[in-house]
Amino acid sequence: MNIQGPEIYYRLPGGIHITETIVNMWILMAVITAVCAYLGHGLKDKPDSRRQVIAEFIVSKLYNMVSEVMGKKNLNFAPYIGTLITLSAFGSLCALIGMRPITADLSVTLAWAIVTFVMVQTFRIKKRGIGKYLKSFFEPTPVIAPLNIISEIANPVSMAFRHFGNIASGVVITSLIYMALAGLSSMVIKIIPIPVLQLGIPAFLSIYFDLFTGVLQAYIFCMLTMVFVAGATE
Amino acid sequence: MDITLITRAIVLGASAIGAGIAMIAGIGPGIGQGIAVSRALEAIGRQPECKGDVTTTMLLGCAVAESTGIYSLVIALILIYANPLVNLIAG
Repeated sequence: MNIQGPEIYYRLPGGIHITETIVNMWILMAVITAVCAYLGHGLKDKPDSRRQVIAEFIVSKLYNMVSEVMGKKNLNFAPYIGTLITLSAFGSLCALIGMRPITADLSVTLAWAIVTFVMVQTFRIKKRGIGKYLKSFFEPTPVIAPLNIISEIANPVSMAFRHFGNIASGVVITSLIYMALAGLSSMVIKIIPIPVLQLGIPAFLSIYFDLFTGVLQAYIFCMLTMVFVAGATE
Repeated sequence: MDITLITRAIVLGASAIGAGIAMIAGIGPGIGQGIAVSRALEAIGRQPECKGDVTTTMLLGCAVAESTGIYSLVIALILIYANPLVNLIAG
């Protein structure tokens, strides 16, 4: 994997670049849509297939999580949260099969964070009205208004950087160790021209950086989204 | 030797040192996460039945506490891979 950023496959006129991230994301979206269509077609009242049991298990877990964090009245957010957590988790886990994780690109995580930011501000305006919304920035004193605005903007930025930084640092560290192992094995074992030490050892790193961090960051991103949006709708 | 080349070399070297120094910020989240985990272990030891809840909350808190370390990592990555200072030198 390239540690300097996603590769640019094709440059469209107008400054739009078709990067590795975009291609991987479309592949992932196609796979996720296909899996969802397979799990969700032909549902019956009494589940008789294993397929439907799995689908019901996933959906009920998701709705439980959303109702625990956001409360019963906000259950209509569950599809959005489900989409976010699925794409985020699969986007990090695709590093296991050698694809570049899509979340190791700041544009992806920043886009998700901006969606959350817009949702939070919209629901706050809807709930309190535009006057009270603007007034909330000048509380407790008008002097503190710039700090309030900065702290609002810092939320999506910190969410985006947290997710991006965790996954990208995993990519960088794994690639560096991979390169170091190649150099080490050519130094130690000079007879065989194959980098023997690269076998197996990076897999243990992958367990932490790809499996654990990927799933944990997806969970945390969705948790923070739910907490912020639930706070705005109260 | 060309003067811009020397300036460039100095800026690059200083950026590499700066990236290294930026990562000292990793001390803070390390200490913070250590404290969080030790308290979570105490809580589990006192009430083993709430292990699941404590673990989930601890992981969430740890990941949020990590963000200052992540900021320093982003600064280090920018200094190494997308250095804005080198472009200031003409040539």
